[in-house]
Amino acid sequence: MSKLITLNNLPLGEKGRVFKITDKGTTRRRLLDLGLVKNTLVKSLHVSPAGDPTAYEIRGAVIALREEESQYILIKIEGEE
Amino acid sequence: MGLTKQSTGISVASNVFNIEKNSDDDIVIALAGNPNTGKSTIFNSLTGLKQHTGNWPGKTVTNAQGYYNYNNQEYTVVDLPGTYSLLSNSLEEEIARDFICFGNPDVVVVVSDATCLERNLNLALQIIELKKEVVLCVNLIDEASRKKIKIDTNKLSELLGVPIVGTNAREGLGIEELKKCVEKTALGKVNINPIKVNYENYIEESINEIEEEIYKTLDKNINSYWLALHLLNENKSLEESIKKYNDIDNYEFDLLISKVENIRNNILKECNITKLELKDSIVSSIITKAESISKEVVKSQTKEMHSFDRKLDNVLTSRLFGIPIMIGLLGIIFWITIKGANYPSAVLSSMFNMLEGQLTLAFNYINAPDWLHGMLVLGMFRTLGWVISVMLPPMAIFFPIFTLMEDLGYLPRVAFNLDYYFKKACAHGKQALTMCMGFGCNAAGVVACRIIDSPRERLIAIITNNFVPCNGRFPTLIALATIFIAGTHGRFSSIKATLAILLAIVLGVYITLLISRLLSKTILKGMPTSFILELPPYRKPQVGKIIVRSIFDRTLFVLGRAVMIAAPAGIVIWVMQNVAINDISILSYCANFLNPFAQMIGLDGYILMAFILGLPANEIVIPILIMSYMSKGALIELESLTELRTLFVNNGWTWLTAVCTMLFSLNHFPCGTTLFTIYKETGSKKWTWYSFIIPTITGIIVCFIVAQTVRLLGF
Repeated sequence: MSKLITLNNLPLGEKGRVFKITDKGTTRRRLLDLGLVKNTLVKSLHVSPAGDPTAYEIRGAVIALREEESQYILIKIEGEE
Repeated sequence: MGLTKQSTGISVASNVFNIEKNSDDDIVIALAGNPNTGKSTIFNSLTGLKQHTGNWPGKTVTNAQGYYNYNNQEYTVVDLPGTYSLLSNSLEEEIARDFICFGNPDVVVVVSDATCLERNLNLALQIIELKKEVVLCVNLIDEASRKKIKIDTNKLSELLGVPIVGTNAREGLGIEELKKCVEKTALGKVNINPIKVNYENYIEESINEIEEEIYKTLDKNINSYWLALHLLNENKSLEESIKKYNDIDNYEFDLLISKVENIRNNILKECNITKLELKDSIVSSIITKAESISKEVVKSQTKEMHSFDRKLDNVLTSRLFGIPIMIGLLGIIFWITIKGANYPSAVLSSMFNMLEGQLTLAFNYINAPDWLHGMLVLGMFRTLGWVISVMLPPMAIFFPIFTLMEDLGYLPRVAFNLDYYFKKACAHGKQALTMCMGFGCNAAGVVACRIIDSPRERLIAIITNNFVPCNGRFPTLIALATIFIAGTHGRFSSIKATLAILLAIVLGVYITLLISRLLSKTILKGMPTSFILELPPYRKPQVGKIIVRSIFDRTLFVLGRAVMIAAPAGIVIWVMQNVAINDISILSYCANFLNPFAQMIGLDGYILMAFILGLPANEIVIPILIMSYMSKGALIELESLTELRTLFVNNGWTWLTAVCTMLFSLNHFPCGTTLFTIYKETGSKKWTWYSFIIPTITGIIVCFIVAQTVRLLGF
């Protein structure tokens, strides 16, 4: 079982794999540069005091993304294996 | 709005190729790498230059150059800006790409972070694809082993086909080996067998076709495979650069581009994919390659690679404690600074008093004329003495602690904590970083604004940088807070002073946000652009080195600048005091003229005068003020802050005057150096003028409101 959500809706501490980046402009290129290609594992780590941005673990690095960017990333949450 | 590259300073940053070799035989090395991998530290270790380093991404925004000699061969090292990729066309990437591509470096050293190798390999693969003389420097191996991450460098070297050197640049480990490796690579004494990223078949086929076309048009100097790939990927900025750096016929080149377009369109049609999918496929192939290499060479002995960092982050950026901890830390820094600076300040000040006495005796002994003694001793020497005794102790304490926080990696967390508010102000999240730099020096903060890509947001960051007090203004704030708000004695005085300064800083941040928002809604309209911030791993700070570095590089540098300006300013003020028109000194005349206006905003004529005369450097505002007041009445020996208080009170100061002076110090025109830097960065008189007038008007308004309210309420 798996379902698709946008990255900003990924609960803290949860993991998911990139399914698609829906932006087509500069943001897309920047996200790809960070290694966010299809099937990349992303983990939601912690949220800043005001509720946005959120820090994610992406390929061993910690990257903070604003909601404006993370909403463009479709994530597939894998069910219990 | 006319936000062209010219008007916002991008033009300044793009003059990359001014490589100054010591001789034509110099071997040129380019240092490339992801942001925050210790490139600057490697650069410093190689060349012995002291470029300022800190643990946050985007530190190197201009190209630094340095030199070293190894085995009787001269090397020129060019530090390129940190980039994640060569595919995205941000300003930094263009600079890095163009230099590697057209600047003809003999060797490219790719610096990577051992604690985050996979992400770093992405760039390394792209560079190896472009140039085969690459040395991969795996830096921060100490941090990696602390985190129980092991990297098999032999295997990595074998897989990538280029030499690898593991370094711990901060301790200087591996630097000799790196030099040796660079030498061998430059002289062609190593076997280079660069790895090839395998792209989808249809891409490889198109590349071959494009290469054929390239042979017909361009000379052989350029890596045709790489160029074909990037032309296929459609890269307008690369096309511009080729035209710029190659002597080619525009018509022929345009013909090449249109042929590439044909090839691309054919393949898209044939495979039934979109251009976006083509581009994604290229990126994916590189990243997948990086991933598979990383899997083979990186061994982590713990399940959670960065578990300690995560725990620390959970506290330092938590909802509940994130901001209180931030303010608390700042408070502790100031408390230590205030508490610690008190005593040495007093000692220095009495020492200068004594020296002044000796100098006066010496001048009397040689029968020097009064005016000479006045100008040099009472004017220049006294101002110098004040600048040093008021500034040196707080700086010598504040700078090392601040550098410590920087080295630890705390500043990106501050940006993370504050980003939401900057977003609400329609500003860039990285503005929090440039704002932090402003605490050290606003001119440095303005230069740091280059890390912000969007011209609009960069201008906002530049114009508002002055709202956080720089090191030249802290002594003013500290002195006034100590003597007027806290009282010089009493058990809690230093805590009260700390709170007052904290309040001033929080106000400064608040005004920064307010003005940013105001600018976004008026002369710099627009929405915030995308924000991606890397939170680098925490690093164990090197306390000893930091203290030495920050004292020599920063403290003495800032002090030196202040002294250079204070000396002539001291003479000018002495002359203004002692040259009289109709029995009124020029200084009094000016102060009287300014007084009515100054009174309205809670200051007096002399204070406003001191701020105006302090334009070259904020540090000298208080010394000027003291000199002006002293010249009016009896000369008293100022050996302690208590006497300073007496002097000010005798000249009509109340706590309100002190508060307004502090507020005006926080919000007024930037110092001369900062203005000049803004002019250089923006290349525009208009924005420099805005940077001058906006803080000034803000200061006048704030002081006016405070002064009038307090007077109205009759406190």
